Amino acid sequence: MSELAPGAAKKRPEFRNINAFKDLPGYRWPLASLVSGMHRISGAILFFLMPFIVWMFDSSISSEISFAKFKAAFNIGMLGVPGVIWKLIALALIWAYLQHFIAGLRHLWMDTHHDATSKEFGRSSAAFTLAASIGLTLLLGARLFGLY
Amino acid sequence: MSVNYGAKRIVVGAHYGLRDWLGQRVTATLMALFTVLILGRFIFSTGPFGYEQWAGIFSSQWMKALTFTVIVALLYHVWIGMRDIWMDYIKPVWLRLSLHVFTLVWLLSCAGWSIQVLWRL
Repeated sequence: MSELAPGAAKKRPEFRNINAFKDLPGYRWPLASLVSGMHRISGAILFFLMPFIVWMFDSSISSEISFAKFKAAFNIGMLGVPGVIWKLIALALIWAYLQHFIAGLRHLWMDTHHDATSKEFGRSSAAFTLAASIGLTLLLGARLFGLY
Repeated sequence: MSVNYGAKRIVVGAHYGLRDWLGQRVTATLMALFTVLILGRFIFSTGPFGYEQWAGIFSSQWMKALTFTVIVALLYHVWIGMRDIWMDYIKPVWLRLSLHVFTLVWLLSCAGWSIQVLWRL
């Protein structure tokens, strides 16, 4: 990396400190890169909402009374915030988890199957990931909001 | 490549990398199988699925032990993920180190709370 072979191309510019607001919007975003970005963002969402996830686990499982409080938080409200908002947060978590999970399976598949590392598979599997995660999110969201 | 060996070692890098790469894959597989297990218990349950059935899933000793292992796996998996995010976007070492500490405290608190919930059942 430090020496140039004779006749090699001129050294490419290096970008050391990628600024999320200045540099990222200027890149092209092919499907595979979109999925990769979503994978990271969904992971971060799951991280920052982790206490809420643990609260859901705690209240839903500890006792019948806490279970009733758990249901009430989503149906009526909690901490002065109406239930609908909590359902929206839950929907964001559902999307984040599905996206992260399916994109993660895609990663594992690419890690273990050599012919999966082609550009074509990258594109088609990325499209499948987006379709499956968004589709399942809509399905589960409809269930969550009582549409069926 | 940046010089971060010898006297210029930094405390917040990824070091060699292979352990973390493999660790993320292994923990991911473990958690994926666990998800399938939970989903399976839900999908193949008969009758109404209320509190009894939900809490019942986690009431057996083996399920508690397995869930505990998955929580530990999640800890490591999330740590690697968040460390990578900080590493990509935060250049000053003092800020990155602080965020690392925050991440660890956040994760360990959540893990401790979940384990407490599991063993209260």
